Amino acid sequence: MVARVVALTQRELAANFLSPVAYVVAALFLIAAGHLFMSNTLIEGGEASMRFMLDSMAWLLVFAVPLLTMRVLADEYATGTIETLMTAPISDVEVILGKFIGVMVFYVALLATTVAHVILLFNYGAEDFGVVTYGYLGMVLLGGMYVAVGLFASSLTRYQLVAALIGMALLAVFTVLVDALASWQGGQWRVVLSYVNVLHHFKDFSRGIFDTKSVVFFLSNTVFFLFLAVKVMESRRWR
Amino acid sequence: MIRVQDLTKMYGDRAAVQSISFHINRGEIVGFLGPNGAGKTTTMRMLTCYMPATSGSASIAGHDVFTESMAVRRIIGYLPENTPLDPLMRAREYLTFRGKIRGLDRASRQAAINRVVEQCWLGDFIDRPIQQLSKGMRQRVGLADALLHNPEVLILDEPTVGLDPAQIRETRHLIRELAQQHTVLLSSHILPEIEATCQRTIIIAAGKIVASGSPEELKQRIREGSRLIAEVSGPKEAVTKAISALGGVRKVACESQNGWNRLTIETTQDSDPRESIYGLVKGKTWSMRELRLEQGSLEEFFIRITAEQSGTAREEVR
Repeated sequence: MVARVVALTQRELAANFLSPVAYVVAALFLIAAGHLFMSNTLIEGGEASMRFMLDSMAWLLVFAVPLLTMRVLADEYATGTIETLMTAPISDVEVILGKFIGVMVFYVALLATTVAHVILLFNYGAEDFGVVTYGYLGMVLLGGMYVAVGLFASSLTRYQLVAALIGMALLAVFTVLVDALASWQGGQWRVVLSYVNVLHHFKDFSRGIFDTKSVVFFLSNTVFFLFLAVKVMESRRWR
Repeated sequence: MIRVQDLTKMYGDRAAVQSISFHINRGEIVGFLGPNGAGKTTTMRMLTCYMPATSGSASIAGHDVFTESMAVRRIIGYLPENTPLDPLMRAREYLTFRGKIRGLDRASRQAAINRVVEQCWLGDFIDRPIQQLSKGMRQRVGLADALLHNPEVLILDEPTVGLDPAQIRETRHLIRELAQQHTVLLSSHILPEIEATCQRTIIIAAGKIVASGSPEELKQRIREGSRLIAEVSGPKEAVTKAISALGGVRKVACESQNGWNRLTIETTQDSDPRESIYGLVKGKTWSMRELRLEQGSLEEFFIRITAEQSGTAREEVR
C-alpha cells in the first residue's frame, strides 16, 4: 500500500512542478501575501508578529488552494487516464491519499517560502518563536482541510474550472458565509456558526494558542472531505 | 479463462449490453467485432472492473470481476480505447509510474520496462514527453503499459486504431505472438483486422451477440449468400430455362453479349449445383468458358447482420 501511495504522491508532485498553473498560483499568492506583510506589518509602529500575515494568508488560500487542486481528479476524468488508474490494482483510498499527500507536499513547500518574512521580522523585532511555530502548524492543518475540500470538488467534475469554483464556494461557506450568518442571526446560532468558522479556529493558532478543539476540527474535516472524495470516485463507476 | 454469463449494462433506460454470454479458453485469441456503439467498450470496461454490470456475472481466471476486483486487476493488462496517457510525462516515466502502482520492485520494474521497450519498439522515443508522440507511438506506449506486468489476460480495445499500415502489420504479428503465452480479447470495428489476428470472432451489434465462431465457421454461415457465375454460349432462352430446371437452383439472371450468356445463379441453401451445370452443358452443343462459386465476403455478412440488428433495435425503441 505504502509503495503505491508514494508512487502516486511522486507523480502528483511532478505534475504540479511541471504545470504552469501551479507556478502562477504560487507566484500570485506570494505577491499578495508579501504585499500585505509589507503594508501592514513591516511599517513604522507595526506589530512585530506574523499574526496579521498568517490570518491574511488563511484568507488568500480560500482562492489559491482550489486552483492547486482543481486539476488533480478532474483532469484524470477529462483525459481518461482514470480508466488506466482504476483498472490497476490500486484502491480508491490509495488514489485519494496519494494525491492528497502530493498536493500537501507542494503546499508545504509554498508555505516554507513565506518563512522569509519571519526572518525579516526577526531582524527588526523580538518575535516569539513559539507563537510563529504554532502559527505555521495551524497553517499546515488549515491547508490540509482546504486541500481535502479542493480534492472533493475536483472529484465531482471533469472540468477544472468548475472544480475550482466549487472548491472556492465550499471554502467560502466555511469562512465568509458562516461569519456573515453569525452576525446576522446572533444568539445561540452564533456559537454553532463560530464553531464551523475555519478562520475563527485558525486565529487561535496565529496567536500562539494550541487548542485541541481546533486541531480536532481541522483534522476531522480533512478526513471527512477525503472520505467524500473517495465515495464520489466510487459512485462515478456506477454511472 | 474469461467467462461471461448474462452480462447486462443499462445506461438509464438504454441497454448498452444486453444479456451476453461467452467463454474464452486459456491461450485463445478472440476478436470482438461490431459497429461503433455496439457495446464492445462497455463489455471490456465491465471485464476490467472499471464499471460494474447492471446484472449478470463475469469472471477472469476464476475470480469474479465484482467481488474479487483486485485479483482480477492484477492478472489483466488493459489497453483502453483511445489510449489515455499523461501527456506531460516522458514515456519512461509513465511506465515507471505504472510499474510502481502495479507493485513491481526496482529490479523487476527495470527488467519489465526493458522487455516491453523491445516488444513494442519504443526504443526511439522512450525518453520523449508523451505529448510530442504521434498517435501510433502513444498506442505502442499504451500497449507496453498493458504488457508491463506480463499479465495472463490481455484486453485490448481497438489496438490498431491510428497506426500506419506497417505498424498495423507489426502489431498484429505482436498480438499473435503474445497469444502463445497470454489469453487475448481484442475489439475492432474493422473486419480484416479480426480476420487476420483472431482464432475466434464474436460479432456484437446493438448490445447483443449476433454470431460467433472461427472465421471459417462464419464463412460457412454465409454460404447461403453465395452465388454461382457461369458463362455459357447458346440460345439465351434455352440456356436459362435448362439451368433453372436443375435441382438446387433458385433463381437465374442472364445477360447476353456476343453469343455468350453470363448467368448469375442463386442456389438454395447448402446446395452446389456446379457439377450438374457442367453435365448439362456437356450434353448439349453449348460450350462453357467460366463456372465459379462467388463466396459472399465476411464483410458483407457482417454488414448484413449488424444492419438487421440495429434495425430491430430501432424498432424496439419505437
